[in-house]
Amino acid sequence: MAISRRTFLGCLTAALGTTTGVSTIARAASNKQFTGYPDSFGVLHDSTKCIGCRKCEESCNQINELGKPDKPFDDLTVLEERRRTDEAVYTVVNKFGNTFAKTQCNHCQEPACASACFVKAFKKDKTGAVIYDESLCVGCRYCMVACPFNVPAYTYNDPLTPKVTKCTLCHPRIIEGKLPGCVEVCPKEALVFGKRTDLVKLAWKRLSENSDRYIQHVYGEHEMGGTSWLYISGLPFEQIGMREDLGTASAPELTSGALAAVPIVVGLWPVLLTGVYAIAKRKDKIARQEREAAVQEAIGQATDEMNKQLAQLKDKMTKEQQTAVANEVKKALEEAAKKAEEEAQAAREAAEADAGVDESGDADAPEAGKEEE
Amino acid sequence: MDFFTLHDFMTYSKGITYLIMGAILVFMPVYWLYLTDRDD
Amino acid sequence: MDQVKSKEPYNWFTPFNIITAVVLAVGLVLTVMRFTQGIGAVTNLDNNNPWGLWIGFDLLCGVALAAGGFTTSAACYIFGLKRFHSAVRPAILTAFLGYALVVFALHYDVGRPWKLPYPIFVSQGTSSLLFEVGLCVFLYLTVLFIEWTPAAFEWLGFKKLRTVVVRLTLLLTIFGVVLSTLHQSSLGALFMIAPSKLHPLWYSGYLHVYFFISAMFAGLSMVIFEGTLAHRWLHHKMDDTHLAEANGVVLGFGKAASFIMMGYVGIKVIGLAVDNNWHYLSTGWGAWYLVELIGFVLLPAILYSVGAREKNLTFIRIAAVWTVLGIVLNRFNISMVAFNYHLPAADRYFPSLPEIGTTIFIVFVGITAYRVITAKMPILYEHPDYKEEH
Repeated sequence: MAISRRTFLGCLTAALGTTTGVSTIARAASNKQFTGYPDSFGVLHDSTKCIGCRKCEESCNQINELGKPDKPFDDLTVLEERRRTDEAVYTVVNKFGNTFAKTQCNHCQEPACASACFVKAFKKDKTGAVIYDESLCVGCRYCMVACPFNVPAYTYNDPLTPKVTKCTLCHPRIIEGKLPGCVEVCPKEALVFGKRTDLVKLAWKRLSENSDRYIQHVYGEHEMGGTSWLYISGLPFEQIGMREDLGTASAPELTSGALAAVPIVVGLWPVLLTGVYAIAKRKDKIARQEREAAVQEAIGQATDEMNKQLAQLKDKMTKEQQTAVANEVKKALEEAAKKAEEEAQAAREAAEADAGVDESGDADAPEAGKEEE
Repeated sequence: MDFFTLHDFMTYSKGITYLIMGAILVFMPVYWLYLTDRDD
Repeated sequence: MDQVKSKEPYNWFTPFNIITAVVLAVGLVLTVMRFTQGIGAVTNLDNNNPWGLWIGFDLLCGVALAAGGFTTSAACYIFGLKRFHSAVRPAILTAFLGYALVVFALHYDVGRPWKLPYPIFVSQGTSSLLFEVGLCVFLYLTVLFIEWTPAAFEWLGFKKLRTVVVRLTLLLTIFGVVLSTLHQSSLGALFMIAPSKLHPLWYSGYLHVYFFISAMFAGLSMVIFEGTLAHRWLHHKMDDTHLAEANGVVLGFGKAASFIMMGYVGIKVIGLAVDNNWHYLSTGWGAWYLVELIGFVLLPAILYSVGAREKNLTFIRIAAVWTVLGIVLNRFNISMVAFNYHLPAADRYFPSLPEIGTTIFIVFVGITAYRVITAKMPILYEHPDYKEEH
């Protein structure tokens, strides 16, 4: 079955050439381009062919040994509920009107879970499968936060060995050359397994040949950087429970900006912070020096002032002393002059008194004699 | 080295980057000490 | 003064001690349940909501509110604002306890906690922002521990060891700022991988910048808030330097927080413009967004400014609590309220009582550790032997 399909797809490739089926390219910041593993596999789900028989669910359950479900797989009433994948169910089929949508891990070309995982527990394999390694998993569940399709589940009720669960694309079977369980069992060929590049072309061939039956969109070709699982549908994907607002940027592209900021912070923060520290320290030092200089100057000024005052005082004292001496001398002289005047006066009076007796004679004699008294 | 996915490429290149970051964090303080040890 | 106080008979039966005992007892029961019956037995987490209260509060809020350590030590040792010196030790201690509790809480949240060293020592998922967070939290916890050891060495009387560590202060501070910048921002960047799950008003290419900037004013506000609590309850442990500087710390930090918050409002508006998200503002989500941005960032920033201008410490203290609540609201919005906004109401998450109980338990473990350490070690006062140093 698989072989015949692959042969068919090979012819198809030749027929269509390279005009369609351009795979999404993930770019690093430097415009490095990554197109995913060449020849990786994928599955195309044609929801117009799906009849909601739940055979794929049953096969998946058996291959992955997930235990007996609450309701048997031939009970089709469960299709009416909205179900998602969980720890015991790796794939579910939901009914939307008369259309059935199958959900399982889409095996992204650039898996968000792998990008998010801080212990490399997820790996995109060259077969196209995204494989999970339980032995590394810490159980942070960031992969579940990251997955845009809400696929991974966690065994919350296991206290000792809880783990993430999801579809493996039947990786062990692919390696053995077998088909994934769901593809093999599908009675209506709603699932086609093959190389992803071929599947993209097949999908577009169906869309273009039956443009009235299909929405002209291959879901998974570009969503979140492209997925290994591809979907074509007669109803808008939004109406069959598939989000159309995911965008085409892959998970590593979404986080590359923030991740790129990390090494730059490590490179520049120490430079910046040490610089700020050095400037603050230098400011402190200058402030301290200025303070010290001001103190020195103040001390100097005070000394000068004191000296000046001292000198002034000395000067003043000397001057005062001199003035005092001068005054004394002056006073003495004045007194002396006064005395001389008085004596002269007295002598004159005496002389005038003597003049009656002896006007010509020795006028000084009695005065001198008087003084001697 | 050949990388087929951006994720693999980033895991590798960021791994090297983290090692360089560690080296920078060790080297820069030492270099600062060398640069300033003759300052008074 | 410590010795004098401790000679008085200690009254164990205060209301707060009784509450603490009850919370710790309940927490131990929940711990046993968690580790014997699994995460599912105690939480409302499910496959659509893998992260709940333990990540939204214990990790995101815990780390943001412990940012006081790096902001305070950077202000004092790098920017040379020595008047904040007495605030550094309590801030470092709360940061250390905060981060220790974050790691402690993660043991409850992750599935196999004994593998927590794996990302660093076994298998390095370098493409993951969570790897960056894990590595930085591990390194920063180590840095905070070393920064805290001088207090322990002073208490124990190991003078030589203390001298060695004190000489590393600047180096440790710069490392602390680098590591804090990285993991505070990376915590926000964790959500950049899921643009389809986080409401566009909260999702932004600037998420890492928003987380870093908001962590700065969260840290400053937390220092003010913790200071208020410590003054109320541990006043007798404080020395004159601490008491004399405390008001200056409150005023200075309030002023800084207010200015950073205004800058944050600015870049949030830029975020709206860059992604052209204006039209969402008229929706219910928009109203909630404005409650967060105006009600819990802009208004407390204004209250801070009035407090700083009027030298009104009460205003600043109220603004600090208000801002802390705003940070919690922001982290809750991003990790829980606006996360998975597209899911039908039945698939949305609300924490279970045991989850809330465990979170309260972890907070009380932190408070108890803080009380024990400040009672024994020179945190709120300077050790008499080392008073003259700085």
